[in-house]
Amino acid sequence: MLEALSAALIEITSGQHLIYLLAGVAMGLAVGIFPGLGGIVGLSILLPFLYGMDPTSALSMLIGLVAVIPTSDTFTSVLMGIPGSSASQATVLDGFPLAKKGEGARALGAAFSASLFGGLVGAAVLTFAIVVARDVILLFTSAELFMLTILGLSMVGVLAGGSLAKGVLACGLGLMFGALGGAPATGEFRMTLGSPYLGDGLPLVVIGLAMFAVPEIIDLLRAGGSISRSQTLGHGWVRGFKDMWLYKWLCFRCAAIGCMIGALPGLGGSVVDWIAYGHVKQTSKDKSQFGKGDIRGVLAPESANNAKEGGGLIPTLLFGIPGSGSMAVFLGGMVLIGLEPGPAMVEGQLNLTYVIVWSLALANVIGAGACLLMSKYVAMLTTIRYAYLAPFMIMVICFAAFQAQRDLGDLIALFLMGMVGILLKRFGWPRPAFLIGFVLADQSETYLYQAVQFYDWGFVQRPGVLIILGLTVLSAWLGARNAPSGEVDAEMARRLKAKNMRPQAWFATAVFAFFAWGLIDGLGKSLIGGIFTIGIGVVMLPIAAYLVYVTWSNKVNHNVNYDHEVEGEHLQSSETPGLWHYILWLASFLVATVLVGFWLSIVGFFAVFLRVKTDASWGRIAAMTAGGVGFVTALAWIMVLDFPRGMLQDVLLLPWPIG
Amino acid sequence: MKLLTLAKGGTLAFAGAALILGTAVTPAPAADFSGKRVEWIIPYGTGGGSNRWARFYAPRLQKHLPGGPTLAIQNIPGASSTKGTNFFARRAGTDGLMVLGTSGSTQFPFLLDDRRVKYDYADWEVILATPVGGIVYVNPSLGVKEATKEGMKQLQKARLKFGSQGATSLDLVPLLAFDILGLNVKPVFGMKGRGPARLSFERGEVRIDYQTTPAYIKRVTPLVKAGKAVPLMTWGMLDAKGDLVRDPTFPDLPHVGEVYERMHGKQPKGPAWRAWRTFMAAGYPAQKMILVKKGTPADIVAAWRKAAADTVNEPGFKEAAAKALGDYPQAVGAEAEILKKVATTVSPESKAWVKAWLKRRFNAVP
Repeated sequence: MLEALSAALIEITSGQHLIYLLAGVAMGLAVGIFPGLGGIVGLSILLPFLYGMDPTSALSMLIGLVAVIPTSDTFTSVLMGIPGSSASQATVLDGFPLAKKGEGARALGAAFSASLFGGLVGAAVLTFAIVVARDVILLFTSAELFMLTILGLSMVGVLAGGSLAKGVLACGLGLMFGALGGAPATGEFRMTLGSPYLGDGLPLVVIGLAMFAVPEIIDLLRAGGSISRSQTLGHGWVRGFKDMWLYKWLCFRCAAIGCMIGALPGLGGSVVDWIAYGHVKQTSKDKSQFGKGDIRGVLAPESANNAKEGGGLIPTLLFGIPGSGSMAVFLGGMVLIGLEPGPAMVEGQLNLTYVIVWSLALANVIGAGACLLMSKYVAMLTTIRYAYLAPFMIMVICFAAFQAQRDLGDLIALFLMGMVGILLKRFGWPRPAFLIGFVLADQSETYLYQAVQFYDWGFVQRPGVLIILGLTVLSAWLGARNAPSGEVDAEMARRLKAKNMRPQAWFATAVFAFFAWGLIDGLGKSLIGGIFTIGIGVVMLPIAAYLVYVTWSNKVNHNVNYDHEVEGEHLQSSETPGLWHYILWLASFLVATVLVGFWLSIVGFFAVFLRVKTDASWGRIAAMTAGGVGFVTALAWIMVLDFPRGMLQDVLLLPWPIG
Repeated sequence: MKLLTLAKGGTLAFAGAALILGTAVTPAPAADFSGKRVEWIIPYGTGGGSNRWARFYAPRLQKHLPGGPTLAIQNIPGASSTKGTNFFARRAGTDGLMVLGTSGSTQFPFLLDDRRVKYDYADWEVILATPVGGIVYVNPSLGVKEATKEGMKQLQKARLKFGSQGATSLDLVPLLAFDILGLNVKPVFGMKGRGPARLSFERGEVRIDYQTTPAYIKRVTPLVKAGKAVPLMTWGMLDAKGDLVRDPTFPDLPHVGEVYERMHGKQPKGPAWRAWRTFMAAGYPAQKMILVKKGTPADIVAAWRKAAADTVNEPGFKEAAAKALGDYPQAVGAEAEILKKVATTVSPESKAWVKAWLKRRFNAVP
């Protein structure tokens, strides 16, 4: 093993391999920075070039790309409150408040060093685990995987925030939206309203952007000015490093969590960051600063999401079963260069496996270093007036959402779910709980169904299931131990409470109606196809009814009462436009896309928005529009992607990219 | 049998048509793709077998197309591949600059009148067809060494589970084969692909499974060598006359028809068998096809066909293809036409029978 390890190091540092590694890293950094674009996009761009490359170079390029995305996606999470990819959604919760406080530099320093640390742990685990992991992975059957989804769902208690009822309901909403589309066991279409788009379910990318990016863009626009209140970036890269060192055991634990979850095929890496975040919140004594800029809230998800890639490679290499979306494309890349995953990866081809390990370690070091060097310049974006940035951000998230299904429906879903995200944020419903529910909906249902089919209900007595059940109880207990108590209440009392709970009541009623619809829809299906949505409905409806009662009876002192439109800091100025102002901008853009297609609409949106919302000259507007639209057009060309078409394109044959 | 005569008659008709076409093409102006970008629509995601197949062919084909265009693969997954295929049906012109790659999972919804299908294979001309086989294997703990009469008796006694993506997917072929052979198999649906089903086999959750040829060669052969899996039979393959014969990649394994004969001493027949034959032919011998719109000028179609023929006749191609796609003759020209016809035609009788069977057995409506 040691021989193979050193031979692989020599191989990768010699000749052109290092250059390919750097190329992969550069691509990964570039893709990761843009919100919503992640490994899948990057690998899709690289795939055509792979053919005919020598395996070592191709592998180092692929790994270089995959390894650094969870590093560079931190930029937008911390600086703009928009998750750079699904792996760093949890980083937003504390990273962004830090940036607003002017501690962006410290947050980035901590995030990058945690990423580096996690990535190295991941590589180390991969080195040793790959030799023995095969049998361990086979121990995780559908029954254990189902219990793990329950463990994931139990994190909701920790992420619930002020009101447990709202936390559970938000999670239920996520489960219900996640259940939309074809039922895993029977293929029956649930709640699709006959739409072919919804038949495949809502894509995770769209939901992630709708929950975090859309509400944040709207709020930042309304607040006016730039993202960073203090107009300085702050110093403290070094302090970030020190933070990491101070909490090195926390980072180590989170990296271990990341590896383990990443290594389980079929669970998917998109919950890793939330579980790490839930873990740090559970195990911390002082929870008061979480959500307001606690550095530990940045360290935990960042060390976990980089470690996840090392873990995720284990099932990919051993079984050819990818643990996540980007691993699936990585697998495609491996096959293209003539490498077959399987037991041979640890027997005859151990050398190549260790090329992967070294690439992973090197890429993490280079990626974190590059991010630190870049961060000074990237951070300057937060001092620019946000109205200049907004069209770019809107364009990029639309582009990212459109990757999901390459369908106009992606944009419509982004807009509509974005409205849900805005309302969840406004009324203080925990969006992380929503997201956990959404991500785990399909898996919990599929694995429960399979476990019952394979083992009957006796599956609950399997030793693995019992161990995970124990962990779940422990996790729930840890979460409940320091539930919101006196201290938080005192703060809540100081808060400016909404006097009129009507808007909240209407929202709660809509949520109630949605659960009722899911339940009724489920009753119309076969037992196996409908039982999941029926189950969610039965559990959630009483809680929703309770909330409907509390809000309609205007109990302003109840802990569910929260209305961002009364308490938000953006309301300090009387000039702040209403909530609907920018939603109407987005809606107009969407309508224009339906009429004349995405490309013409985005050009128009840039021009009109910049003209109305900034004092830029026409020349400057033209330059910004050309730069922004030119960028996505080039990207679309490389990726062989057509932009969404509108009615105009149905009538008239127009040249690419317009038609 | 109806299908057989149809296929045989088709051979002659198509051979004639190809001959006429061949003579007609000569004076037409030569197609030229230089400086062009050709889009190849793959209605599947980047992780699957169809993408692998397309990316194996793309660099080779583009070299042989006149003018050496860029062949760019566009993956449009969704709605069991009907989405990308509908897109092609709606968008492709007759200039040969947009082609489609389909798979068995595109053929099945079409044959079963899935309501999402807005395409018709009759509107397309085939350039190349790639056969893929299927191999059934079982857990050694069942005590079955091979598919002999005794072995199958032993297997019939076991209560088996089978990991499946859904009854109306390509898994229709194994599920119906198990029924015909009288095996007690209960499908567990919701598998996200053949890969996870194989993982379930390795865990011992399911004791019978099948994989398509490339996956079998790379992922199951090591299990067989390690004594963890026993191969029993294949779906077989169609020969040039359209007869069911042993799979050339696995000449030592009997096909389903042979196994039935061993068990009952006579060849299988009846509506169930005819339906199985039809859907097997639709799903496997012409599993993957490259198609262009009908009405594309003859010179362009000829250029595509020539490029496909040149590609498969290139020295070294056979070895590379055997490694990546399985050891099957890649069908071009008239041969591809026959395979396309076989893969996209079902008798009304078989269609009705399969629909009724799906409803009865799995409560599944395509």
